[in-house]
Amino acid sequence: MTEALTPARTSRGLDVADAPRTARVTKPFTPPEAGGTLPPGTGGGTGRRAGKGGDGRGRRLGPGRPVPFGRLLGPALLLAAWWAASSAGVLDPRILSHPWSVVSTAVELVADGRLQGNVLISLQRAGLGLLFGVVAGVALAVVAGLSRTGEYLVDGPLQIKRAIPSLAMLPLLILWLGIGEDMKVTVIALGVAVNMYINTYASLTGIDSRHVELAEVLRLSRWRFVRKVVIPGSLPGFFVGLRLGVTSSWLGLIVVEQINATSGIGYMMFQAQQYAQSDVIVVGLVAYGVFGFASDALVRAIERRALSWRRTLAG
Amino acid sequence: MATHPGGLTKAPPAVRTRRLVRRFGERTVLKDIDLDLAQGEFTALLGRSGSGKSTLLRAVARLDHGVEGTGELVVPERVSLSFQDSRLLPWLRVLDNVVLGLRGPGTRERGLTALEEVGLAGRDRSWPHELSGGEQQRAALARALVHDPELLLADEPFGALDALTRIKMHGLLRELYERHRPAVLLVTHDVDEAVELADRVLVLEDGLISLDMPIDLPTPRSRRDPRFQEYRDALLTALGVTTPSAAPHDSPKEKPHVPNV
Repeated sequence: MTEALTPARTSRGLDVADAPRTARVTKPFTPPEAGGTLPPGTGGGTGRRAGKGGDGRGRRLGPGRPVPFGRLLGPALLLAAWWAASSAGVLDPRILSHPWSVVSTAVELVADGRLQGNVLISLQRAGLGLLFGVVAGVALAVVAGLSRTGEYLVDGPLQIKRAIPSLAMLPLLILWLGIGEDMKVTVIALGVAVNMYINTYASLTGIDSRHVELAEVLRLSRWRFVRKVVIPGSLPGFFVGLRLGVTSSWLGLIVVEQINATSGIGYMMFQAQQYAQSDVIVVGLVAYGVFGFASDALVRAIERRALSWRRTLAG
Repeated sequence: MATHPGGLTKAPPAVRTRRLVRRFGERTVLKDIDLDLAQGEFTALLGRSGSGKSTLLRAVARLDHGVEGTGELVVPERVSLSFQDSRLLPWLRVLDNVVLGLRGPGTRERGLTALEEVGLAGRDRSWPHELSGGEQQRAALARALVHDPELLLADEPFGALDALTRIKMHGLLRELYERHRPAVLLVTHDVDEAVELADRVLVLEDGLISLDMPIDLPTPRSRRDPRFQEYRDALLTALGVTTPSAAPHDSPKEKPHVPNV
């Protein structure tokens, strides 16, 4: 069929189509830099839009090019709206203080050292809870993911635990551990551990069986298999777990600091509620927000580095 | 020049199977396979899908845990297997993928040499997703060769490549084979590929080897060679494909994969 058609086509278009034809043939051999210097429009005859890949627009169906600090645009708009509403008198200061009075309260709190002290103790609780939770969650996931016995022993209890919110266990934990720091860190760690476990375990068991087969063909030792295949393969799930875990550590912190605490951001806010100091409450909220936002950004940055081999829509 | 298939050499065969049987539940996929592959012999295994060719390859690669089987199977110490997909680990750079199964000193150098041999010199720091399909398959070939295998098993290694890349890869595989001389068992469903590359072609049908044909042609083989066509027609007939091309010689009707340039 095609062979019958070709002579007719070539004999007809021989002289006319000659120039674009050679252009097309040579095109693949020109290096990309040279291709980019062609004036736009000259490539029109070849049927491809000239310079499309080179003008930095990125993927057509992608979300667009990243802008530095673009992520801060939403929060900034929110702040501006609050400021405008307070200045215009639409917002009653008894409901929500003016941003400026929040700032001056924050300055006072810093000056007398109350903010730093409370922030430090809160950070310590969240950090310790996160640390213990991550270690426990990952260890359990590895045990359950790599051995059948481990799976039978570990997975059941953790799936049950997953169905019970950590905060629902608070009464029991207070009964066992009292109302001190141990209880607070344990509550946070429990929430983190479950998030870490669920996601890391899912990622571990979801490792492509073809990669396992490859490891068998190459006769990798068990340790090398874990190091080269299992750990990198389960990193995406680990990071999903870590981000959820960081969020849940702040959530746990807020709850435990309102129970019989004598220090921490939560305690500071609880006290302020008694005296109707909405500006102090907002300072506490901002502190929670800043740390939540910063910790998530940090995890994202680490994730981007560790998973740089991945090709994603956003990247 | 062409090797002498099955050769009358005194050396023991690289692969030897006797009464090899493999079953998946009720279905017997391999029935009594008796097969000898000589050292340094390039053998192609043809068969329709479901004929058991991949099962035989996996059995020889000792990958078929959980498959019921009996019989005798002798394979050499160093066996490499390349798959239809390149199966590079996406989180390792190309060089680290190539040397994944190697240990000891000089690992890096051996990996670099292998990469150079397959034409990927300078790409050792690339991520697998930065390579084209053909380049990924080249890296996989380097990973197989770096072990200096006595037996190279290849399960349709060119199946997922486009026609032009496949032509280049055929040349590369044959060249690497001539240089290293491992025994090769190439599973394919492409008759042209089998005749072009192999010195001996086996046809597997219903779990039995129905044809064992030496290909006695000088090695840079041309598909235009009338004897190439004869081998091809004989194999197609053995595979149960009756085409008009078997009778008149120059029917252009079926030219399966490769555009004749």
